[in-house]
Amino acid sequence: MIQKKKNKTGLFVTMVAVAAFLALTIVLENTLDPIRNTILFTVLKKGAVYALVACSMNLLNGFTGLFSLGQAGFMLLGAYTYSTLTIPMDAKDMVYYLYGGTVFRFSLPDLLGGVDTPLGLIGGVLLALVCAGIVAALVAWLIGLPVLRLKSDYLAIATLGFAEIIRAVFQWDKLGRVTNGANALKSYPTFSSFNLKDAAGNVTLRLSTFVAVLLAAICIALILLLINSSYGRAFKAIREDEVAAEAMGINLAKHKRLSFCISSFFAGVGGGLFAMYANQAQAKVFTTAMTYEILLIVVIGGIGSISGSCIASFLYVAASEWWLRFLDSEMYIGSFKVPLLRNGFRMVVFSVVIMVVVLFFRRGIMGDKELPDLFRRRPKAEKKGGKAHG
Amino acid sequence: MNYLLTTLISGISLGGQYALIAIGYTLVYGILRLINFAHGDVFMVAGLMMVYLSAALPLPVAMVFMLVLTVALGFAIERAAYKPLRSAPRMSVMISAIGVSYLLQNLATYVTGGLPQTYPTIPWLSQVAWGTVKWAAIVTPFLVVALVFALTQLINHTKVGMAMRAVAKDFETSQLMGIKINNVISMTFVIGSALAAVGSALYFINFPSIVPLSGALPGLRAFVAAVFGGIGSIPGAVVGAFIIGISETAIKASPYSIFSDAFTFALLIVILVVKPTGLFGEKVTDKV
Repeated sequence: MIQKKKNKTGLFVTMVAVAAFLALTIVLENTLDPIRNTILFTVLKKGAVYALVACSMNLLNGFTGLFSLGQAGFMLLGAYTYSTLTIPMDAKDMVYYLYGGTVFRFSLPDLLGGVDTPLGLIGGVLLALVCAGIVAALVAWLIGLPVLRLKSDYLAIATLGFAEIIRAVFQWDKLGRVTNGANALKSYPTFSSFNLKDAAGNVTLRLSTFVAVLLAAICIALILLLINSSYGRAFKAIREDEVAAEAMGINLAKHKRLSFCISSFFAGVGGGLFAMYANQAQAKVFTTAMTYEILLIVVIGGIGSISGSCIASFLYVAASEWWLRFLDSEMYIGSFKVPLLRNGFRMVVFSVVIMVVVLFFRRGIMGDKELPDLFRRRPKAEKKGGKAHG
Repeated sequence: MNYLLTTLISGISLGGQYALIAIGYTLVYGILRLINFAHGDVFMVAGLMMVYLSAALPLPVAMVFMLVLTVALGFAIERAAYKPLRSAPRMSVMISAIGVSYLLQNLATYVTGGLPQTYPTIPWLSQVAWGTVKWAAIVTPFLVVALVFALTQLINHTKVGMAMRAVAKDFETSQLMGIKINNVISMTFVIGSALAAVGSALYFINFPSIVPLSGALPGLRAFVAAVFGGIGSIPGAVVGAFIIGISETAIKASPYSIFSDAFTFALLIVILVVKPTGLFGEKVTDKV
């Protein structure tokens, strides 16, 4: 078997592009007026978070062929784990005022020296994010025991059901001292905590968007590494044909469980990041509609393409939060009132666009190609030769 | 005792309403192997149509129009969103269904402006019969049984019904036998939507506030009922729906009301793990 030549240029170009994008976020955030351009940074942060969650869903749906709809549930677990572990000690009583305090008598950033010190902030947040992922992965492992035996659409419904159950449990007031019941968790370190400040409290260097994009990029890079490993190839084999994959010696149960747990791990981290983005964690946000949103991002980007999911999530978030906003307010051209424009029209147009993509551009933006593939020269001669010999 | 009886009656009637939705799921799944995620939203749109139609037309006329328009909606969804994907992988069709559901919800938000709409009062049906139970709740189980009886007659003793059974058994062979597959599929959507329209009238008389999301959860519960009873089987869907309706009402009346949906889904997972084909489902084997 001839090893396919590694596509070095494409990989290099992609890495440079990601690095440039990261640098650009720092430059933009420190040069543009933060008040007038809030929407741009909101889109960048939310887009980065959604990109991570979409990639985690793609790992499961696009690369392993397991159709799961539990992403919002795992995000919820991640968001709650992150926020319960990082709420500073002096804010706990204020957050949990309805339940008279919490069972968590510690806070990771405080253990490491407090939110104001670099170690306390960076170490605490990173540790809490990893914990968020681990909790989600553990729960996924438990759920996977019964559920992963199910096939395609039954699996989808069962995971959807689990997400609903998790949401109900987290809103239960008997667990108030842990989850704060139906109330929001807040006051924990968010992306804006990473803005560097001088002694007087004025911001000297804004890093909030950079941190969001960086954390998401690291996780996505890890997912990419996994997909290109032997495990990733086993996942793809399962996607193409379960029976054939099993015949080739792939342990189906083990690999499915692995994919499910890893996908949930990153969904959990994504949930933690979402909590950082939203400044509060509340169970009622993580609905089935959120899972659908992420699924649609995966579809628009192309099922089985990580770069597609990233591009699509930024496009999706930008379109829904920013570019289509004008459709929601009444508009006059001269004295002519443009018909139909009214609150809610944005989402109608948006869902029509999504339906068009789903129906007529089924391969999405990238199909199953990655960004580096676009820089590869078409191997025409190679293909012909292969056919003649095959 | 009174309280118990009221709970039981509302449970049975809720189950009947779920049954009417569940039949739509089970018929479509039986033929297309598709979870029609948009079905719950068709149910919600039927409710909204009734709100707007009854404001403009006399009640009986509005009801007829509502039924016809809902059927037309179900038919149109199938033609526009599922038919072009007939040869596509099943996942694409399911995603298309999710897309339609998203579209219907957003459309409903746009039309209503996001405000809850109140279902019109129907003479007699909306009146309280006994305790807190409305006449609609008492009529529901009988209506459901009658409709299911009519439907089984249709499926077992007419030509269309025979075609439906054949298509459910083997898609391709029945096509070769000269069955016009698209007509049969449209017919299932027409029947499913008509039953959902009746179900929506009964459901929203009991719970008269309609928001764009009111279809999502009843839809999912009805789907769970269909799976519980064995998907593809009509009696199964009805039995499953009654069980889910009664247990949901019972849990809602207890201090653990927040877990009513959790229980429904737990039931689903248990049945899927213990008996994946449901109570009345046929066993399927995987062919390589």
